[in-house]
Amino acid sequence: MTQSQQPLLQIEDLRLYFRTQQGVLHAVDCVSLNLRRNEAMVILGESGCGKTSLTKAILRMLPRNVHTYSGSVKLNGQDVMQLSDEEYRQQVRWIQISLVPQAAMNSLNPVLKVGDQVAEPLLSHYGIRRSEALERVAVAFQNVGVPADFINRYAFELSGGMRQRVAIAMAMVTDPDLIILDEPTSALDVLTQANIMNVLKRVKQETRTSFILITHDIGTSSELADRAAVMYAGQIVELNDAEQFFVEPLHPYSQKLMASVPKLRQVEEPDFISGQPPSLLDLAPGCRFAPRCDHRFELCENDPELTPAGRRQHVKCWLHQNGDTP
Amino acid sequence: MTTATPETAPARPASGSAAQTEPLLSLRNLRTWFELRRWGFGRAGTVRAVDDVSFDLHAGEAIAIVGESGCGKSTLMKTILGLHMPTEGSVIFEGRDLSTLDSKEMQWYRSQVGYVQQDPFGALPPFMDIRRILGEPLKIHGQMDEAGRQKRIYEVMEEVRLTPVDDILPRFPHMLSGGQQQRVVIARAMLLHPRMIVADEPVSMLDMSVRVEILRLLQGLQRSHNLAVVYITHDLSTVRYFSERIFVMYAGEIVEQAQMDDLLRNPLHPYTSALLAAIADPDPENARVFRDVPPGEPPSLVNPPSGCRFHPRCTHFIEDLCALKTPLDFEPEPDHRARCFLYQD
Repeated sequence: MTQSQQPLLQIEDLRLYFRTQQGVLHAVDCVSLNLRRNEAMVILGESGCGKTSLTKAILRMLPRNVHTYSGSVKLNGQDVMQLSDEEYRQQVRWIQISLVPQAAMNSLNPVLKVGDQVAEPLLSHYGIRRSEALERVAVAFQNVGVPADFINRYAFELSGGMRQRVAIAMAMVTDPDLIILDEPTSALDVLTQANIMNVLKRVKQETRTSFILITHDIGTSSELADRAAVMYAGQIVELNDAEQFFVEPLHPYSQKLMASVPKLRQVEEPDFISGQPPSLLDLAPGCRFAPRCDHRFELCENDPELTPAGRRQHVKCWLHQNGDTP
Repeated sequence: MTTATPETAPARPASGSAAQTEPLLSLRNLRTWFELRRWGFGRAGTVRAVDDVSFDLHAGEAIAIVGESGCGKSTLMKTILGLHMPTEGSVIFEGRDLSTLDSKEMQWYRSQVGYVQQDPFGALPPFMDIRRILGEPLKIHGQMDEAGRQKRIYEVMEEVRLTPVDDILPRFPHMLSGGQQQRVVIARAMLLHPRMIVADEPVSMLDMSVRVEILRLLQGLQRSHNLAVVYITHDLSTVRYFSERIFVMYAGEIVEQAQMDDLLRNPLHPYTSALLAAIADPDPENARVFRDVPPGEPPSLVNPPSGCRFHPRCTHFIEDLCALKTPLDFEPEPDHRARCFLYQD
């Protein structure tokens, strides 16, 4: 990994604040991260920590009450924040980045055949003939383990697992560089979950696609991840290689999050994180995790930076500011 | 604290010492089938959601029913709660068959059984504040005195640690976090001093970080009130933290039953092994291997496969046997039963 390889996605200081009746909500606050080709990054965190808002900010799917939307998102070296909405739609969405939204299996149109739905991005972006598009859909279906003749079925004729696969096929059909998966398996049974993760692993092996996987299920996320990012209260508090993260996370929050996972093959009792995440409406100065942290000390009244704590590790914690571990 | 107030248990039979030996709840060859109709009449088939399920549950015992969606575990739960009438067989609570109870006695039964729903937000009426949500069951079950209701609500809320109580009571469900909502649901289930709790995936909609907290709360309540608990889930990794006995359900049948440790250490039925193999603990190794999971989906309950219902997906399929004959519950090890021909003789 020493050769200068340009990252696929470079996010620099991305902010997304919403205007609400109670004030300004800091959903995504100064997020910076890099993603290489064929790399899978998992973004972990409790609900309400800004995971889904981050995908919205990357894909520029913004609601009306945006207060601040700034920073830079570079895709293949091009700053896509400079594009107009129409250019963004034509050049980026579905072509370079596609999304499998949360509860994708319930987001299929009930009155369209699933084949036609999956073909839609091909028709609207590439303008190819419907028959040709359907051929490509059939191939995409087979890649995710859906029988090709399912293109003539309606969503209600498919099981939950099959619908989820269809949603993944739809994200893959345009052959994008990056697929963002928002909680792709949280509503599924364990066997179906394992099957879907197998599909994603195969796609990752066989193509050059990169993945951003948003989830709160740490066990499942370790099935795909090369890199892990932990979000807390709108900020990234740890960026780490999967190899290290799933064994020995660095940030106190990550450690607690990891300890809260019930594990099947280990005897140790899981623990929960006491307290609540802070409201994103009025944030106290200082480290946002400090009120729930066991390692809190005087310095925590100031906000630490996300600083390198190793070759590929970044931690936002005063305990790691000198690169040494406590 | 375990004694019921006189208002809530008018028809409770005297069962003092018999409770130790007699099961609190027993299911006998329970079948809950639904008829499918075409255009309102004309039979189109039968959904065999629960097919020949029997077990006993003693006071203070916690069991888990594990299975995928569509395996009939929710129908089983609703039959236990008396929301579905069994097609055959019986649900016996404290020696009394549910189908023989009149509406007054059913009301008593409902006070004895608390129900913790899966989706806490869906289970709490959005237009009622917490005070009203928790007051309602007490009113229905005869606690007409406002001060008495208030006292009981405070007691229960302290117990499920929904504090400060005065702060939470006037709130509406959407103003609480997911974990707090689930605590309200648990408080509601505990209000009438039940002897049994039926919990349907109580943590699957919650964040990882609060799941353990809620499971521990349920465990604590179970121990301090000597409650019987039926815990329904699809996630075996949460089962071990408070169930003593596990029943694995597949396509309407119980295919394996054992003590929790036995089952997790030594699963016998191929389906149970597959369920265990599908669970990922956090481990970077996971990304390098493909998980060995059976292909396909759970079968339709209208036309379940002949013979063993798992045979089309099973890796140990035996020619000329599994598809033709239905396996019985074999007991290859003491107190560990599996419905699979691998353990015949």
